[in-house]
Amino acid sequence: MINKISPSVEQALAEIHDGATVMIGGFGGAGQPAELIDGLIDHGAKNLVIVNNNAGNAEVGLAALLKAGRVRKIICSFPRQADSYVFDELYRSGKIELELVPQGNLAERIRAAGAGIGAFFTPTGYGTELARGKEVREINGRHYVLEHPIFADFALIKAETGDRWGNLLYRKTARNFGPVMAAAAKCTIASVHNIVELGEIDPETVVTPGLFVKHIVKVRRTATGPAGFKQDKGAAS
Amino acid sequence: MSKLKTTPAWTRDEIAARVAVDIPDGAVVNLGIGLPTKVANHLPADREVILHSENGVIGMGPAPAKGEEDYDLINAGKQAVTLLAGGSYFHHADSFAMMRGGHLDVCVLGAFQVAANGDLANWSTGAPDAIPAVGGAMDLAIGAKKTYVMMDLLTKTGDCKLVPECTYPITGVSCVSRIYTDVAVFDLTPEGTQVIDIVPGLDFDELQKLTTVTLTDARAS
Repeated sequence: MINKISPSVEQALAEIHDGATVMIGGFGGAGQPAELIDGLIDHGAKNLVIVNNNAGNAEVGLAALLKAGRVRKIICSFPRQADSYVFDELYRSGKIELELVPQGNLAERIRAAGAGIGAFFTPTGYGTELARGKEVREINGRHYVLEHPIFADFALIKAETGDRWGNLLYRKTARNFGPVMAAAAKCTIASVHNIVELGEIDPETVVTPGLFVKHIVKVRRTATGPAGFKQDKGAAS
Repeated sequence: MSKLKTTPAWTRDEIAARVAVDIPDGAVVNLGIGLPTKVANHLPADREVILHSENGVIGMGPAPAKGEEDYDLINAGKQAVTLLAGGSYFHHADSFAMMRGGHLDVCVLGAFQVAANGDLANWSTGAPDAIPAVGGAMDLAIGAKKTYVMMDLLTKTGDCKLVPECTYPITGVSCVSRIYTDVAVFDLTPEGTQVIDIVPGLDFDELQKLTTVTLTDARAS
């Protein structure tokens, strides 16, 4: 019998090894799997390469992982935010490597890894310093840059509902990178708030089919908080 | 450079309203972070315009009431938003396919500089100590059928931001077709930089003196 439900975050993350490339879902706070990141900090794996859109907010989640000194390199599109001071300090002191990727190229490079695409030509970034040294080609009168897939050993993503085959539903814009990261990693671990019986998720609405997911683990629902911008005093809870 | 303050000038809301006039009924539009988000407040009530945000939502509605924020439903600026009936969610690769694939009608962006040939600089000032960040800027610049820029014509120190050639690192090549500023609206065409609107009280010659590229007067008379 297939049963991808892990009894605990600790067991779901047990296979993660030092030096692993780990994709972490989320755009700011939405879709960031906070419980899995906390579990990764407790787990102790170090020398990690992290793939995320951002580089952490305040001192929670991804920022806490950075602060704990576990990350060698981060691949992201938008590290600098009003509350990214943990990353800013590490970067300025040369303690973390940064690969900056335009957001759509980041998403497509992750998608390409999951889809078995060897590389692809994209117009995004053509003529800019982020395309420096990359192969360019003119196709039907338009200029393109050659970009390669981003593979990962593990993906940590946050979903809303899952079943024992690993089928997933997401919540609103918290979906963001979840589906493409799930396909790009050798081992995808999803946190969910609800676990349902097989067949309870309408097959017409499954967003991530279970074959992309190795472990799911149920975590308690907490409201997603604001992140990534200057907040009014007292607005943050 | 001169400390010349351009007066008269349109306010930020007036610039946003001027942009909104040019967005047709039925258009799918992405409004960049910052000043361009103001355009949403000025869309005429008799037009149905669909707002896209690159983090994975189309059909965005107005900001939620205070206390009603759901931070699983945010825009690219990470602000809480709402969803209109008919709206939908999708993952990041699909969202950027909508852009890169030419499915958006209009994208409105802020800028540090725009060159007369349509080159856009809006992601980096190239300062050596700055932490780089690009986000979706390069995808937005080249993705929509029309890329519009909203910006003040001059910097705070009086330098013209419409330039013969960008000195800041560029975001996209020849991608901007129209610039809405606090004193004039410019069309960037193969024939040159055409002025299609000037703030009341400023004449064409005065505008030309403020601007470092050669202008032609293309206002409807």
